Amino acid sequence: MSIIDSRVPAIHVEGLRKSFGANEVLNGIDLQVEPGEVVAIIGKSGSGKSTLLRCINGLETFQRGALAVMGRPLVYGDPAAMRQLRQQVGMIFQSFNLFPHLTVGKNIMLAPSLVKKTESQALQAEAQRLLHRVGLAEKFDAFPDQLSGGQQQRVAIARALAMDPSILLCDEITSALDPELVGEVLAVVESLANEGMTLLMVTHEMNFARKVSNRVIFMHEGRVHEQGGPEALFADPQTPQLRQFLASTRH
Amino acid sequence: MVEFSLWDILRNLLLAAQWTVVLSLIAFIGGGLVGLALLVARTTASRAMQQGVAGYVQVFQGTPLLMQLFLAYFGMAMVGFETSAWTAAAVALTLYSSAFLAEIWHGCIKAVPKGQWEAAQSLALTLSEQLLHIVFPQAVRIAVAPTVGFLVQLVKGTALASVIGFVELTKAGTMITNATFRPFVVYSCVALIYFALCYPISLYARSLENRLHVHH
Repeated sequence: MSIIDSRVPAIHVEGLRKSFGANEVLNGIDLQVEPGEVVAIIGKSGSGKSTLLRCINGLETFQRGALAVMGRPLVYGDPAAMRQLRQQVGMIFQSFNLFPHLTVGKNIMLAPSLVKKTESQALQAEAQRLLHRVGLAEKFDAFPDQLSGGQQQRVAIARALAMDPSILLCDEITSALDPELVGEVLAVVESLANEGMTLLMVTHEMNFARKVSNRVIFMHEGRVHEQGGPEALFADPQTPQLRQFLASTRH
Repeated sequence: MVEFSLWDILRNLLLAAQWTVVLSLIAFIGGGLVGLALLVARTTASRAMQQGVAGYVQVFQGTPLLMQLFLAYFGMAMVGFETSAWTAAAVALTLYSSAFLAEIWHGCIKAVPKGQWEAAQSLALTLSEQLLHIVFPQAVRIAVAPTVGFLVQLVKGTALASVIGFVELTKAGTMITNATFRPFVVYSCVALIYFALCYPISLYARSLENRLHVHH
């Protein structure tokens, strides 16, 4: 595990603005995430949640503002700095994005072998350990298309963990799953949260957000509209927009 | 008057067909190499370079192969190169196939889902690592069938080299017709030989496609 300096915020975002053409997606986001914190981001689709997440590891560029991960500023056009930053930030996607031409084991070992130049025996042991951790020890030699969605997503989590990141970004990671497979993925995320992993997750699973997170952020029209502890925020929303949003999510 | 048997006709056509095969292979391999360089430029180089490659592809796709052969044959002579029909045909067909192959392969790279690039990026892979380990291996699987399919087009395309005097299968057919006055028989044989060359390639393309789509 990496050594975490508790004085430096895990993620520091200041005045972040992003637009796609004339369409403003992020309208000045200020956000600070402490090491070990579990933050859930909720909000309507189109409110900029995923875009914010994707800015943090440089998958999207932003026009104005500043962003730093573990005290390191994000600099576009500097591949070495970007590589440094991305080693700190793991990401798990809605659509899993496992590499279909590689076995589960190779999916997990590829990035550490290329980026960290870990030797192959240590890699193999680490991959086995991570697969065991997500409950898929026997799937080392399977190909992604032989796995269920829930299993694929758990492999994706193991793949992100193999880089030993300080922060994990989860972008609606259960939205593409059949309802009966959601639980197995969330259980893994919950165990990570309990172990002190810094987590920033965009989610539609309100019960999960309430149970696992230290803080919930409600985004609306590209801004952090309201935030607070999960109990307070869900029980006593302060703004009409959040009240309306929460009402719409209760079926 | 000399009598030509069917065997005489066929034997001479088969001799010329060798040159069709050789020209096809040169154009395919040469075009593949040039096409690969174009592809790399189009995927990784500066915007100006990318547009240059796109323009190159458009020029070769938007003009008849026949014109390209003429221009290579007469144009190279004009700028002072001593051109034989053989080099002109090889150069023109190589450039022609490079443009098509670059375009086909570019499409195959585009067909690799965006999520694959993003996953590779989020794992801190460099651009060349993303291409080498994630994108190319998947694009190659997509590319095999259309690439082999293009080879069939190319084999038939070599027939046009006959108009600048390169003696391959079609040109030999014309010459034998002039000697035998049996155009229908001769051209039937010519067509059969083309078919015998192309059909196995098509079959192979189909079997490759089936095999590669069973498993990712």
